[in-house]
Amino acid sequence: MNRRDDYRRELRAYLTGLGLAVVLSVLAFGAVGLAEGVPGAISRSTVVWTIGLTAAVQVVVHFRYFLHIDLTRSKRDDLQLILFSALIVLLMVAGTLWILGDLRDRMMAVL
Amino acid sequence: MNAQGRNYPGINLDHEPQTHAEAEEKVFGFWVFLMSDLVLFALLFATYATMTGATAGGPSGGDVFELKSTMIETGLLLASSFTFGMASLEIKYGGKGRLFAWLAVTLLFGALFLGFEWRDFATMIAQGAPPSRSGFLSAFFVLVGTHGLHVTAGCVWIVVMMAQIAVFGTARDVKIRMLRLGLFWHFLDIVWIAIFSVVYLPGLVR
Repeated sequence: MNRRDDYRRELRAYLTGLGLAVVLSVLAFGAVGLAEGVPGAISRSTVVWTIGLTAAVQVVVHFRYFLHIDLTRSKRDDLQLILFSALIVLLMVAGTLWILGDLRDRMMAVL
Repeated sequence: MNAQGRNYPGINLDHEPQTHAEAEEKVFGFWVFLMSDLVLFALLFATYATMTGATAGGPSGGDVFELKSTMIETGLLLASSFTFGMASLEIKYGGKGRLFAWLAVTLLFGALFLGFEWRDFATMIAQGAPPSRSGFLSAFFVLVGTHGLHVTAGCVWIVVMMAQIAVFGTARDVKIRMLRLGLFWHFLDIVWIAIFSVVYLPGLVR
């Protein structure tokens, strides 16, 4: 594979990433705009689900096309580090939400 | 090494074996830092999530957030992420001139983003929503402000790299520093996705 092909392939990856990211962002903002502009057109839970799902997909798109990280490459320990960090984040975030949420509920019950 | 020779996150300089080998260790080290930064942001997000109801009778997100402004900021940061990608391609395939130009465009988008964010903060404070108003607003300003500080640091770093490129050209060290700046910049855009999806958009849905 020569340099010119490599360049085209990598340029195409950035363009694909940009295109997908724009579509996903427009979907998320569009859902919120629709809920705001036309009351009753779209339910609150649909909007929240749209935001959550498009965000999750967009994060993967950014990792794949901008940071060039995917599941095929395992030479370096990058992926293991990402998975370990994800585990730490999951434990700490879920723990915080659980404990502080529980605390709030119990304190509210007293009021 | 696989067929594409990808040994570290971000664009890989696999056309230059020596730079490629040297970059592997340095980029990995920077990646470790980014993951620790990710933990920091994750905890700020967790704090924010537990504080969304703690408005103490003050304004909630829906009262003070602006959809249009958030949309512009999202567009600016995404555009800057793409233009940085173009700069990365110039490091690998192109020349000094166009690399400099793409970096300047990226810096412009980053600065505009910060301008809009600053305007948002000023508007919120003028509307009676400063960080000291409630637990919710404290958590909001810490989370979004920390991201803003990171973008500010990224902008300063771009200026420093532009100076280095002007003085040293695209020397090996300069290239490897650019790889790390690229990871930092793209990482900040990923954090912003989480910010508009966790903070702004749900706050605006009634």
